[in-house]
Amino acid sequence: MTGQQASRITYTLDSSLDSVNKVEQTAEQLARKAGVDEDDIFRISMAVREAAVNAVLHGNAYDPEKRMTASFENTGADLVIRITDEGKGLDPATLPDPLAPENLLRGSGRGIFLIRSFMDEVHFRQLHPGTELTLIKHLGTAPTGA
Amino acid sequence: MSMKISTRQVDGVTILDLGGRITLGEGSVQLRDSVRDLLAKGQKKILLNLGDVNYIDSSGIGELVSAYTTVRNQGGELKLLNLTRKVHDLLQITKLYTVFDVKDDEASAIGAFAQA
Repeated sequence: MTGQQASRITYTLDSSLDSVNKVEQTAEQLARKAGVDEDDIFRISMAVREAAVNAVLHGNAYDPEKRMTASFENTGADLVIRITDEGKGLDPATLPDPLAPENLLRGSGRGIFLIRSFMDEVHFRQLHPGTELTLIKHLGTAPTGA
Repeated sequence: MSMKISTRQVDGVTILDLGGRITLGEGSVQLRDSVRDLLAKGQKKILLNLGDVNYIDSSGIGELVSAYTTVRNQGGELKLLNLTRKVHDLLQITKLYTVFDVKDDEASAIGAFAQA
């Protein structure tokens, strides 16, 4: 399902890897259309992919009854991507630091870290139930992250 | 969107030539299964050639870490070869670059494995 309001486009998607791929591709198109450089296109689309994986896998747990929504907006000053799920909710304060020596060899737990590394702003909002992640990339700023 | 894997043997080292994407789902599972199969056959010197891997997500990074620890726990060695800049950068910011033994030359990578 697709809805459009001004320059914002919103998708409501099932909890699948196909949805993750669609969200990633849409983010890449949004960034490319905004004229950001190739490195930042990679960073933005990867951050959005990680947020979508988080929603589908950790939030909705692939539940066919639960949906992920993804909205994409170019405000002129920023790229704003919002990803929501219908899961139990995520408290970012409880996430272990993936850079801590005792966590370095863990097989998971790097998604939120990468999102924060690649975007200029990341905001969490509890929806009861669910979580909304807002990812913002300022346009016209020097590349950040790796 | 998937990953390609081919396997070859050089001087007792198994080289997995990987290409495409290592992401949640197919790519990560393929890598896990391949490493598991090699270990089951007793092939414990494994070189992952990532030269044609153009994308890896956090799940793929996690799979590399799991492969590394699984091989090491079974007395083997796993090294990485030919990182693309994107994969190199990802390993740097996740502080994994110094965890893995990363090589950029196949012959020296093979030579770096312990002689049985």
